[in-house]
Amino acid sequence: MSEMISYAFMQKALLAAVLVGLLCSTLSFFVVIKKLSFLGAGISHTALGGIAIGLVTGVDPVLTGSIFAVGTSMSIGYISKAGKVGEDTVIGIFYASGMALGITLISSFKGYYPELFTLLFGNILAVTVKDILIMAAVLFTVLLFVGIFFKELIAICFDEEMAEAGGVPVNLIYMGLLAAMGLTVMVSIQLVGVVLVSALIVIPGAIASRLSRNYRSMLLVSLLFGTGGSLCGLIISYVYPVPPGAAIVLILALLFGLIIAFKLLFDRKRPILIKE
Amino acid sequence: MKTVIDARNITVMLSGKEVLKKISFSVRQGELVGIIGPNGAGKTTLLRALLGLVPLANGTLKVMGCSYPNLKAARAGIGYMPQRQSFARNIPLLVSDVVATGLLSHKTLFKRLDKAESKIIESLDAVSMKTYLKRSFQDLSGGEQQRVLLARALVRQPGLLLLDEPNSGLDFNAQRQFIEMLDKLKSKMNLAIAYVSHDLVSIAASSDSLLCINRTMHIHGDPAEVIHSPHFECVYRCQFDLLNSILHERECLNE
Repeated sequence: MSEMISYAFMQKALLAAVLVGLLCSTLSFFVVIKKLSFLGAGISHTALGGIAIGLVTGVDPVLTGSIFAVGTSMSIGYISKAGKVGEDTVIGIFYASGMALGITLISSFKGYYPELFTLLFGNILAVTVKDILIMAAVLFTVLLFVGIFFKELIAICFDEEMAEAGGVPVNLIYMGLLAAMGLTVMVSIQLVGVVLVSALIVIPGAIASRLSRNYRSMLLVSLLFGTGGSLCGLIISYVYPVPPGAAIVLILALLFGLIIAFKLLFDRKRPILIKE
Repeated sequence: MKTVIDARNITVMLSGKEVLKKISFSVRQGELVGIIGPNGAGKTTLLRALLGLVPLANGTLKVMGCSYPNLKAARAGIGYMPQRQSFARNIPLLVSDVVATGLLSHKTLFKRLDKAESKIIESLDAVSMKTYLKRSFQDLSGGEQQRVLLARALVRQPGLLLLDEPNSGLDFNAQRQFIEMLDKLKSKMNLAIAYVSHDLVSIAASSDSLLCINRTMHIHGDPAEVIHSPHFECVYRCQFDLLNSILHERECLNE
């Protein structure tokens, strides 16, 4: 362990894992209670279009991807509300269109894009100090937003109509949540990649929902599993030759499976799979 | 008695379609108006119009002393209970958390809620659910959940309650208990209540007046008058013989 920590790249990777773990598990709580799981996958795959724009124009692909991810998440929210189109339908359209844009641009502007593989599958071991500062800034912004509007976010997740009728600015706060999701997805792409990032913003909250009897403890459990899972996956990838992003997601998925199995076997009072 | 709702010829257009046309009615303090009509008649839209959540194409509307389009200020004095299926059942909230959401408005942004605990306890007490304060909302029965949602609507100590099918999905006893509780609250708190329901017998028996709507037509008045009106059968497009059932229900409620 001490050998692992002595490497500068591992120190940065561990710090990045903690930051992204905290970030994703905070939003994972809202993703699960507001049933936005598909949105995470939608944003990350759509972001590929933004990443491709950055790659072919020479602009930082993380910046263009972030703008794309935030724009996409807010557009999905707006169109599904104003256009009276189902959110899953809008996500499905953006998901495929973003990917199609990315593929078209990358194949049209032939060149060597070494960052592309990193952004598709993630490489936490390659994070730089600048990346960590960006992650810390995004974490600070998201925590500030969640901290200020936490009671309103809970009210919106529980009953949007009632919150709106009560005078809560539902659309504004919901758009803020979607923007936070866009930023989180983009920052986390460096850790696990476009393909796996949705797991990181779904599984911690899903685990917490199975273990918690009130939303406060659910948030804490989500933070614990999200951060712990990220660190465990990274450590495993150091010891065994597996990619860190995949290891993190597999660890979290394994924990979720174990908790479901444990609950099915021992918690006969609350058969969670059929309780809704 | 003070007039709490005064709607005159209000018309609501949504996506280019006339959802409500020239609806007029009024509700006074301490009065329960039952809003009935077939599915898709515009009952929920009417409640949303009273809250200022949908725009009026025509007519004048005054709610809690505020005139359309400035109804935002009136919302502080309105307790709203949306349709039962509108809330998320998967969030592990305590009963006190659910009731606390009723205290939120644009005025509470960036602020801690003042005296929230005492207001929550008071409103739960009003619906005889005080002892459930720290119970999990998910674990309650349908009838108990409805009472908690009613407490949430009452937590701001409103002058007007708007209830959208609060009885749907409840068994007969739970429905009757709910209506009895509303009747008591109406008298005790001098509340004006607009109550949407498909249960024609019990709503007609417990209402002071009935508003029967079907998009482009409406009848408002004494329950017996409304039910005997030739428009009533036209609205529902079938024949009813409700009077005896309603008289019997009224007797039961008065016992």
